[in-house]
Amino acid sequence: MSVFINKDTRLVVQGITGRDGSFHAKQMIEYGTKVVAGVTPGKGGQQFEGAVPVFNTVAEAVHATQANTSVIYVPAAVAASAIFEAADSGIGLIICITEGIPVLDMTRALPFVHERGARLIGPNCPGLISPGKSKVGIIPGNICKPGKIGVVSRSGTLTYEIIHQLSTHGMGQSTCVGIGGDPLIGTNFIHCLSAFEADPETAAMVMIGEIGGTDEQQAAEFVKEKVKKPVVGFIAGQTAPPGRRMGHAGAIISGSSGTAAEKMAALAKAGISVMKRPADVVPLLKERL
Amino acid sequence: MNLHEYQARDILRKHGIPVPPGEVATAPAEARAIAERFGGKVVVKAQVHAGGRGKAGGVKLAKSAAEAEAHAKAILGMTIKGLTVQKVLVAPAAEIATESYVGIIVDRASQRPVLMVSPAGGIDIEEVAAKTPEKIHRRAVDPRYGLLPHQALTLGFALYRDVKQARAAADLMQKLYSVVYAVGASLAEINPLVTTPDGTVQALDAKIVIDDNELERRPEIAALRDISAEAPEEVAAREAGLTFIKLDGDVGCCVNGAGLAMATMDLVKYYGGEPANFLDIGGSSNPQKVVAALRIITSDPRVKVILFNIFGGITRGDDVANGIVQATKEFPLKVPIVIRLTGTNEQEGIAILERAGFSALTDMDEAVKQAVAKTKGKAA
Repeated sequence: MSVFINKDTRLVVQGITGRDGSFHAKQMIEYGTKVVAGVTPGKGGQQFEGAVPVFNTVAEAVHATQANTSVIYVPAAVAASAIFEAADSGIGLIICITEGIPVLDMTRALPFVHERGARLIGPNCPGLISPGKSKVGIIPGNICKPGKIGVVSRSGTLTYEIIHQLSTHGMGQSTCVGIGGDPLIGTNFIHCLSAFEADPETAAMVMIGEIGGTDEQQAAEFVKEKVKKPVVGFIAGQTAPPGRRMGHAGAIISGSSGTAAEKMAALAKAGISVMKRPADVVPLLKERL
Repeated sequence: MNLHEYQARDILRKHGIPVPPGEVATAPAEARAIAERFGGKVVVKAQVHAGGRGKAGGVKLAKSAAEAEAHAKAILGMTIKGLTVQKVLVAPAAEIATESYVGIIVDRASQRPVLMVSPAGGIDIEEVAAKTPEKIHRRAVDPRYGLLPHQALTLGFALYRDVKQARAAADLMQKLYSVVYAVGASLAEINPLVTTPDGTVQALDAKIVIDDNELERRPEIAALRDISAEAPEEVAAREAGLTFIKLDGDVGCCVNGAGLAMATMDLVKYYGGEPANFLDIGGSSNPQKVVAALRIITSDPRVKVILFNIFGGITRGDDVANGIVQATKEFPLKVPIVIRLTGTNEQEGIAILERAGFSALTDMDEAVKQAVAKTKGKAA
């Protein structure tokens, strides 16, 4: 088993004929992901790489191919609209890679997704990969190895760094999820940690957070109460400059809780082993397993 | 993007929120002329993207037009938190009966715009929030329906007992909520919201922060950007498509991805060094971006070593390597450079660097250790 995606994932790529969409669609096909359809309005009827049918709308793609998962590579200006369309077409899992979506667009898209019972991962995220099974997004497949560690992260390249540390030391991964760095995201740490806790193939988890917001503290509370498997954590931004905040309202809403020091303390208090640097991930996991 | 107070006041006024008059001056004589039009008794306020300007001496009351000119002379050109004041707002000195706070921010936890109000407004609102949180009233707004009248009125009564004032405040809050979506704000704040002795409710000071992701589709808002009020390196970085924040150390960092960039700065500190900056070259970076990044980093005379940390995903190692080689042809590097390059097209990138006489590492810790050692004048 793996988390969120598996061998039965039937993927539709929104924006499959674009620069990023076409490049990564090829990479996902090479990795073995079942890419069953693509969507680009106006290009319906074409074939992508001579093998994947392209449709004008997500609804048509779902009807013709029984796609159950979608990945979005369209430009930021129309990305929220692509999320609405996927949820409206009965897609159960939507992964939005696009970076730069206005936050106010997400205040409207997120309730819509929730009401239709769909899960959104991202936006502004690298997607997810279950090594050896399926990859949805842009995480380089060659740095991953199948195994028992579940990885969840707010970052992109820092996630690759941690995965690279794990793989080069023989610790494979069950699933790696990049949840995205934006203020409003569809899937948070708790959703992923709880899925890893329930997954029999995951033995331990790594969570990679950063400064800003209070998601990590809430996740720490959750780990303390609900998670029995070992968790190792990292918080980026210990040297980030203080005082770059958004007016008084920002300070009022988060107080001092957005700092790295505060988050690291919350993690440690919940029994999570806290890394001082990315290279600590392997020794700390070995200690806990 | 931060707006100046005078720009935020203009936006509020356009949306029907009562804002007292005020005009902008860039020279002391201009401030005097404005003060004369307002009858002499005015307040002169620095227009600068930094908090705490009142405490820094950037806000002064004048009893006459001559005094307004003198204040403007003192404030224009003064430095507040590293930024030079180029403009002042001159506004009639208001007689104030009460000061409240009204703000809207998009809240990460509830994933909604949240309205926050407090009857204890003014410069110490953060202290109010920390010490007496019960004086802050909040309401998360469902964006499908907007701020409903009864919700606004409830918050209005949290500020004023008088029904006329509560209604005026409620009306103002609904207008402020529509401003948020109209201009693409991630923060809109009125502090203080005042009542005058005759009982009218007015927005005396306003702050609006625009979500940078909104600027492309709102050219009229993007045009409000005041480049003269921002740090020059940060302007250059933004124009090159980079994210750059200046710090006080001597290890110039150039990294792809914000999380890895922060982790790299943290590791510099871990090995006893101090980062000179945060710099994220972003994804799919072409060689030109790398050239721009090196130009910005090397313009800081405190930088003793340049540290590249690249984990290629969308970013390709050969692009970064070409950028480094190209930059050193355009301007010679006066400080040593340590390069860590791994991931997509790592081999091609390292080959390009080696042909140009550079060496590259593949381990992050090793690269950071070497960079820090070079700032201390030691061989690693």
